[in-house]
Amino acid sequence: MSTRKIAVVSAGLSQPSSTRLLADRLAQAATAELGERGITAEVATYELRDLAHEITNAMLTGFPTGDLREALEAVTGADGLIAVTPIFTTSYSGLFKSFVDVIDKDALRDVPVLIGATGGTPRHSLATEHALRPLFTYLHADPVTTAVFAATDDWAGEGDEVNPLPERIRRAGRELAEKIAARPARSATADAFDGAPDFAELLGRV
Amino acid sequence: MQFGIFTVSDVTTDPTTGRTPDDTERVRAILTIAQHADQAGLDVFATGEHHNPPFVASSPTTMLGYLAGTTKNIILSTATTLITTNDPVKIAEDYAMLQVISNGRMDLMMGRGNTGPVYPWFGKDIRQGINLAVENYALLRRLWEEEVVDWQGKFRTPLQGFTATPRPLDGVPPFVWHGSIRSPEIAEQAAYYGDGFLHNNIFWPIEHTKRMVQYYRQRYEHYGHGQASQAIVGLGGQFFARKNSQDAWNEFRPYFDNAPVYGHGPSMEDFTRETPLTVGSPQQIIDRYATMREEVGDYQRQMFLIDHAGLPLKTVLEQIDILAEEIVPALRKEFEAKRPAHVPSDPPSHAERVAKARAEGKVHDQHVAGEDRWTGRTAEDDAAQTATRGAAFGL
Repeated sequence: MSTRKIAVVSAGLSQPSSTRLLADRLAQAATAELGERGITAEVATYELRDLAHEITNAMLTGFPTGDLREALEAVTGADGLIAVTPIFTTSYSGLFKSFVDVIDKDALRDVPVLIGATGGTPRHSLATEHALRPLFTYLHADPVTTAVFAATDDWAGEGDEVNPLPERIRRAGRELAEKIAARPARSATADAFDGAPDFAELLGRV
Repeated sequence: MQFGIFTVSDVTTDPTTGRTPDDTERVRAILTIAQHADQAGLDVFATGEHHNPPFVASSPTTMLGYLAGTTKNIILSTATTLITTNDPVKIAEDYAMLQVISNGRMDLMMGRGNTGPVYPWFGKDIRQGINLAVENYALLRRLWEEEVVDWQGKFRTPLQGFTATPRPLDGVPPFVWHGSIRSPEIAEQAAYYGDGFLHNNIFWPIEHTKRMVQYYRQRYEHYGHGQASQAIVGLGGQFFARKNSQDAWNEFRPYFDNAPVYGHGPSMEDFTRETPLTVGSPQQIIDRYATMREEVGDYQRQMFLIDHAGLPLKTVLEQIDILAEEIVPALRKEFEAKRPAHVPSDPPSHAERVAKARAEGKVHDQHVAGEDRWTGRTAEDDAAQTATRGAAFGL
């Protein structure tokens, strides 16, 4: 049985929050699908609320400390990322974006990502497509086709009778599992110095 | 071991009075600070280079040239000289002139600069930062080491038969440091040339510094300059001291809380824990900085930032006194006691570099043959003569 690491980031602010609930459901779906492929998923979940001050400090000082450093190492070293944010004022929350901003811009290259979002009504559900997806494309990550938006009504089973939330969660979880399974497990985070160019290469690049 | 201070030349409001010095006052304060550091017996004074407000040190060699004349012992240096946006020809000229004026009592540190707009102001692209640093420094070395240079590159117009003047003092160029915080490429460059490497260290957790220095040392040895433990390493640092630790905390706190780089961010308690900033009694500063050797190995230069965040001149001069009288002697004793015999205690002095170059038969010509062959001539005049590749026109 091989293993893969999944990092889950939830930007929900309430405790408990529906954002965290969606993140957990997505992680469970991905785990189940990986299990069917003979792969054990190790899931680490981070709530940005707990890291809010450290995120701001990292933005101001340029370096992460403490629990944030640990979260960033998990996120950038994972085989797959599940990123879920509440939609505030038509887009991802400021806290979510701040967290993404402190991730090194090359660190999510080729990493499969499952995008999730929550909101009161489905009115701004396309924020997953026009706000979240481009963030991860810019970072050269590999977002799965299905992004899952959960409005409050979805939790009661009344939101969408034709394409219900559990079905969307299952589909997205399968897409993430497929991408993760298709890649070898990532080794321990490469040191920035391991691939550093030697001087002959530096001269050649000029 | 050398101990010194560096300024970034920031013009910052004193948060306790609301008063901001003007540029003139700040320049004069920096000169006073450097002269006071010399009188107090510190080893090095370095200035940064910036080309926008709120900074005033846009012309480092002008300032350091004046200080060469008004100080006796202190080594004059930079933190840093911009190797990216300055013309390497001007760097070669300006710093060779400083070297001669100061009779070798100087060195310089290459840096890429952290201010985005400076690049386009000087016609460069910040995304080419590393490439600029590599190409420009390679040209700078040639300008100092070769009497006549033919050169073509990507970032500057070509040179044909060019001689940088004045030739370096005693035929030996100044010692060069390379400063980098995040880029292994610069540590690699320093290692390749066998130059010194200085990590700013402040504003960052020590783990970063440690890893970068370790990399530089490995590569220094790889390029055959000596053992990794013998590489010339420098660190930046930052402190605020008063006799009584609590007084230091109380006095520095408003400056910390409003500081340009990290103000309104983490608390001083968190920041002093996570970075080398140390606030307290002289003994606390000694204890903290004594541990740097454990992190980066035996190193040769420790520089401190002490004049920023709007601290008044009087306070800065007092910090210099505490540094020179209490902190440095204790740290020097500590470091010297632990340094193995095969590791140099200081970066090489000018005299040492001259002796070494002579022993290796590498001393270059000190001056151009006396005649001025260029003034008043045109390209057409020269085309009529045979010019050998690598020779100045007319020879």
